[in-house]
Amino acid sequence: MEKKEEGVKLLGFWISPFSRRVEMALKLKGVPYQYLEEDLPKKSSLLLELNPVHKKVPVLVHNNKILCESLVILEYIDQTWSNNPILPQDPYQKAMARFWAKFVDEQILPVGFMTLVKAEKSIEVAIEETQELITFLEKEITGKDFFGGKTIGFLDMVAGSMIPFCLARAWECMGIDMISEEKFPGLNRWIKNLNEVEIVRECIPPKEKHIERMNKIIEKTKSA
Amino acid sequence: MATGDVKLIGSWASVYVMRARIALNLKSISYEFLQETYGSKSELLLKSNPVHKKIPVLIHADKPVCESNIIVQYIDEAWSSSGPSILPSQPYDRAIARFWAAYIDDKWFIAVRSILTAQGEEEKKAAVAQVEERTVLLEKAFIDCSNGKPFFNGDHIGYLDIALGSFLGWLRVTELDAHHKLLDETKTPSLFLWAERFRNDPAVKPLMPETAKLAEFAKKLFPKMQA
Repeated sequence: MEKKEEGVKLLGFWISPFSRRVEMALKLKGVPYQYLEEDLPKKSSLLLELNPVHKKVPVLVHNNKILCESLVILEYIDQTWSNNPILPQDPYQKAMARFWAKFVDEQILPVGFMTLVKAEKSIEVAIEETQELITFLEKEITGKDFFGGKTIGFLDMVAGSMIPFCLARAWECMGIDMISEEKFPGLNRWIKNLNEVEIVRECIPPKEKHIERMNKIIEKTKSA
Repeated sequence: MATGDVKLIGSWASVYVMRARIALNLKSISYEFLQETYGSKSELLLKSNPVHKKIPVLIHADKPVCESNIIVQYIDEAWSSSGPSILPSQPYDRAIARFWAAYIDDKWFIAVRSILTAQGEEEKKAAVAQVEERTVLLEKAFIDCSNGKPFFNGDHIGYLDIALGSFLGWLRVTELDAHHKLLDETKTPSLFLWAERFRNDPAVKPLMPETAKLAEFAKKLFPKMQA
C-alpha cells in the first residue's frame, strides 16, 4: 500500500506567501516534507522542470506527482490527508472560503501592493481602495476567532500568509498603518490569534530580513 | 440532500454564466434564470454580489454563491447525489483539473481577449501567435487528462471541459475577427474533435449562443473588432 508520507517535497521561497501557506497546511496535517529553498529571482533547473507552465513556487511533489498553484495545492493536501480538515465540510461554507481566498489573491494583493507602490493616482486614494477591500474581510471575521471558526482553516492560511505576514511588511516599509486598530478591530484580534498558533508562527518570514528584502522589492517595483 | 429555490443571475452571452448553467443541466436542477440587461446592473445583482457586482450569481435557498468556477464546484458538492460527478474523484486528478481551469482563465483567455482589443495588424498577429502557443499547451493537457477518452473528464463532460468549452462561442467570434482559425484541425486535432463533442453534449447544446448573434453583441464590448 502506498505510504502517504513518502516523498513529499516542497519547492518554496522564504518570502513567498504562496509558499508559506502550503507549509502551514503541511504542518497542520503533520505531514513530513523535504523543503527545497529556491534562490529567487534565479530559477533552478528543478523549478523549471517541475513547473514549466508558470515557472513559479510553490511546487509540491508527492509520490512523484507534481502540483502547482498554491490554492490547488491546499485543496490537494486537504483531500489527501483527512486529519485536521482545512476546508469546511458544508458546501456553502466551502464556497465562501474559496471565494474569499480568491479575493485575497486577486483583489487585495494587486491593489494593496502594485497599485499602492506605483501610486499612479494619489497614495491616499490607493490606501482608501485597499482599505475598502479589507473592510470586506473585517465583516467576515467579526465575531470569530479565525475565519475557520475556532481553529485555523483555508482562509486563515491564505489571508494570513498574504496580509499580516507579507503585505503588512510592505505597508510598514512605506510608513502606512493600513489595518488600523480603530477601523479593523476584528482583523487585529485575528492577527493576534494567528500569532499564537505555533504552526503559523513557524511560517512567518523573519521580520528584519523580510523588511530589508521588501524595501528592495518596492524599489524595483517602482522603477519597473 | 439540497432542496429549495434555485435562481441564477446571468446573461445569454456570458461564458461564465454558461459554466453555471451547464453544471445545473448536468445535475438536472430546475432553476429560475434572471437575465441581466447589458449596460445596467439589477438591484438583486448588486445585493447578492456586492464585492464584484458581476454575473453569474447562483442563489440557492436565498444564499448567493459567486465566481463561475466556485459555483460549478458548489453545484457538484451540494447536489453530490444527483447526476454525474463534475469534478474527478481522485485528489490528484482534481488538482490537475483545477490547475488547467485556472490557466484557461488567467492565461489563455487573456490572450484570446487581446486579439479582440488589438490595435492594428501587428498587434493582432502577435496576439494570435500567443493564443496558438497556449492552445497547443491545452492540446497536450487534453491528451494527458482524457487518457484516450472523449473528454478532459473521461467519459462525461466535467469541470475542465466546462471551463474551456464555455469559451467556444466567443472563440468562434474571435476567429472571425482575426480571420484565422484558433482551434485548428491540423495544429490541435484532439481539441478540435473534443470541441465538436462538447458542443453537441445535451447539457451544452441548448446554451451555445448563435455565432452571428454573439458577434453582434461582441461589437458593443469590443469596438475595434472586424467580424
